[in-house]
Amino acid sequence: MTNEADANAPPTPGHRLVRRRGRQLRERFIEVLLFLAAASSVAITFAIVFILVKEALPLFREVSLLDFLTDRQWTPLFDDAHFGIMTLIAGTATTTAVALLVAIPMGTVIAIYLSEFASHRLRETVKPILELLGAVPTVVFGYFALLVVTPLLQTLYPALPGFNMLSAGLVMGIMIIPYVGSVSEDAMRAVPMHLREGSYAMGATRLQTAVRVVMPAAFSGVAAAWILGISRAVGETMIVAIAAGMQPNFTVNPLEPAATISAFIVQVCLGDLPHDSLGYKTIFAAGLTLMLFTLLFNILGYWLRKRFREIY
Amino acid sequence: MTPAPTHDLRQLIARHRLWEQAFTILGLLALLIGLLVLLGLFLQLAVTGAPRLTPEFFTAFPSRLAEKAGILSAWVGSLLVMLVTACTAIPLGVAAGVYLEEYAPKNWLTAIIEINVMNLAGVPSIIYGLLALGLFVYQFGFGQSILSAGLTLALLILPIVIVATREALRAVPGSIREAAYALGATRWQMVSQHVVPYSAGGVMTGVIIGLSRAIGETAPIITIGALTFIAFLPTPPVTGEFPFLSFQWLKDPFTVLPIQMFNWTSRPEEAFQLNAAAAGVVLLVMTLTMNAVAIWLRYRIRRTIKW
Amino acid sequence: MVELAVNILDAAPRNEPAPAALKAESRNLNFHYGGFHALKNITLPVFDHSITALIGPSGCGKSTFLRCFNRMHDLYPGNRYQGEIVLHPDNVNILDPQVDPIEVRMRISMVFQKPNPFPKSIFENVAYGLKVRGITRRDQVAAKVEQALRGAALWNEVKDRLNDLASNLSGGQQQRLCIARALAIDPELILFDEPTSALDPIATASIEELMLELKEQVAILIVTHNMQQAARVSDHTAFLYMGEVIEFNETKKLFTMPDKKQTEDYITGRFG
Repeated sequence: MTNEADANAPPTPGHRLVRRRGRQLRERFIEVLLFLAAASSVAITFAIVFILVKEALPLFREVSLLDFLTDRQWTPLFDDAHFGIMTLIAGTATTTAVALLVAIPMGTVIAIYLSEFASHRLRETVKPILELLGAVPTVVFGYFALLVVTPLLQTLYPALPGFNMLSAGLVMGIMIIPYVGSVSEDAMRAVPMHLREGSYAMGATRLQTAVRVVMPAAFSGVAAAWILGISRAVGETMIVAIAAGMQPNFTVNPLEPAATISAFIVQVCLGDLPHDSLGYKTIFAAGLTLMLFTLLFNILGYWLRKRFREIY
Repeated sequence: MTPAPTHDLRQLIARHRLWEQAFTILGLLALLIGLLVLLGLFLQLAVTGAPRLTPEFFTAFPSRLAEKAGILSAWVGSLLVMLVTACTAIPLGVAAGVYLEEYAPKNWLTAIIEINVMNLAGVPSIIYGLLALGLFVYQFGFGQSILSAGLTLALLILPIVIVATREALRAVPGSIREAAYALGATRWQMVSQHVVPYSAGGVMTGVIIGLSRAIGETAPIITIGALTFIAFLPTPPVTGEFPFLSFQWLKDPFTVLPIQMFNWTSRPEEAFQLNAAAAGVVLLVMTLTMNAVAIWLRYRIRRTIKW
Repeated sequence: MVELAVNILDAAPRNEPAPAALKAESRNLNFHYGGFHALKNITLPVFDHSITALIGPSGCGKSTFLRCFNRMHDLYPGNRYQGEIVLHPDNVNILDPQVDPIEVRMRISMVFQKPNPFPKSIFENVAYGLKVRGITRRDQVAAKVEQALRGAALWNEVKDRLNDLASNLSGGQQQRLCIARALAIDPELILFDEPTSALDPIATASIEELMLELKEQVAILIVTHNMQQAARVSDHTAFLYMGEVIEFNETKKLFTMPDKKQTEDYITGRFG
């Protein structure tokens, strides 16, 4: 543990307590190195923003921001090019809405059940399974949406097209359930036992305690889980790219095919993509839009957490 | 103080209990439906893909004939990309985690870094793909190579590794740090000889979870323009001549498992969809195994280490 | 489950009339936590309109005993009761599996060691027990809340900010709020589990004063780690050690002329 420098130092006791310059320098060097590693995460954020803005900006020299926001068509690669991002946003909003209608109620009910009702054994068994399910690659879910769920839905409703937002949204919802469930459950578990006891001591049932005491106390965490779910649904790419079709279509009808922001990016990237082509610029504009939405949800989550900070 | 009329009270409690029971059934149902639907989907995948899971499937290149197609180039590509990802994300992520947990002063800069790591974890993977396309592929000129893909996925899982490292370090009690200091250790000696080794298991858990996430990622790899039909292997990293190591493979074009699966899924012919299912089984077994190992590891750490 | 919600009045009536002033009594109560025998053959009366204190070194089982009275142990697996706690005047064993713990808790309220107001407004905290009991008429709830807050000597301090979050109150106020919450449902017996251990001396004094007022209306059973507190407020005191009642007596008697050597050693500070 001692420094090699000790060997060279004169053996007087006074000297041995003097700070070693070499050692200090080495310590300082390591600290700077570690700091750079931590700061690299900030650099990544800057790089993301920089690249998105830099590569998207040239598009706005050709298309006005007003057209970008109000045009109801998105056909950037056609001769008659239109750049109405709302088309892609509508697709994203529709698939997200379908997914959340599945994931938030199911995930929250599962979380309440696991946290407040299930036996210790059941909870300890199910929680790792939920975590495992969160690790399934999304391309596998895309396969399910296109080749299992859509045919299944078509037997119920034969007019359903092969590519549709309903199937993609449903499967996305199923994918997000474990996520919302697991994170909400963690938040509810974090509510201290003495609050629950206070409620039980008043003669409340488990359900009353869960709904009236635990949920309000854990609200910030549960809301954060919902926001995380929304954010995942908005950014999810492979399921929608595979199962919802990649043709831009201005609609909020989940029974129709439509492209989301992320699906459009995939569609363009699958083709040949020269640097400086129009397609190249549009995917960065689309990406910038997606990034803004993600940022919005992140800020919303942050605000919610602050507003409803755990008050126990 | 007279007690409330007991009959009413009893009815009230009975009503409350009924609601409670209704919810118990609802909760169990939600759980079962969620798990059974997923189980059903996985079973369907396994049954569909099983006939194609022959040894040849693992040793054959993709082909225009579905029956002859295999995933050799895909799994080799996945392996090499993961190698680059691990070599980048682990040192960077662990170092960042160590800094934030052991060194960082409480100031605005640290606060920004912490919020930033949280934010990065929420950035959709396709955005990382766009970053890589603009930065690695064009700006740095790495092209559509294994290097670009590996670096992209490394950035993607960096927040996971950082957060896991911090959690693992936080679990080491302060008394251990004080004990090391009391013996005359410098901060770096304390960190490198005590805190990091003692929390290695927790760090490993995070790294495995991060890598399993990376191995299944499709969107960012598509974005950097990875080809989907690769019927050759990258340059071998070990050569017969001096210096016996080659880094040419870093610059080679490649494909990975999820891309291969995506490609087959999008084909209209049913024969290729069978291949997609088989590739899905391989992918699923890989990611689930990695995660199961991580969960088991964490469980074991929790049980064996008592500070 | 619904059939199990049998009224306390229905279950096993007894023949012998209860002593007039007795509110509850434990008879040969044994309690096990998993494999640990925490309470051994405890027989102890709790008198109405008076304060009964439980003292003893930490780990002696006094809190465990207290929590038997509102069946809090039912919330956790692996706990087992033997023996009886009889509630008067109904004369029924509240530990009987036939008796619904929820009904027991609606009649016997509890104040905890650490103030545990719910993350809700002051008003909603006090109204919680009423809601649980199905009382929803606004004027009725408001009147009850005011009455309970006055009873807990908190009304004057909070009447202008009933919609503030309870967590904004000071520790002593929070504990009085928890007492108000317990009072609002007109309990017959209030259990206090070291109610002042997390409070400063001034807040402690106000809680003690409050308990002396409350005993005019209800029976009080209090666990305290503080012998002076037991001596100041209680009428009867039980000294517990290793899960057994060593001595039970009028407080004055127990603190001045204890019958047992162990009690004397404990109250004079020779152990514990």
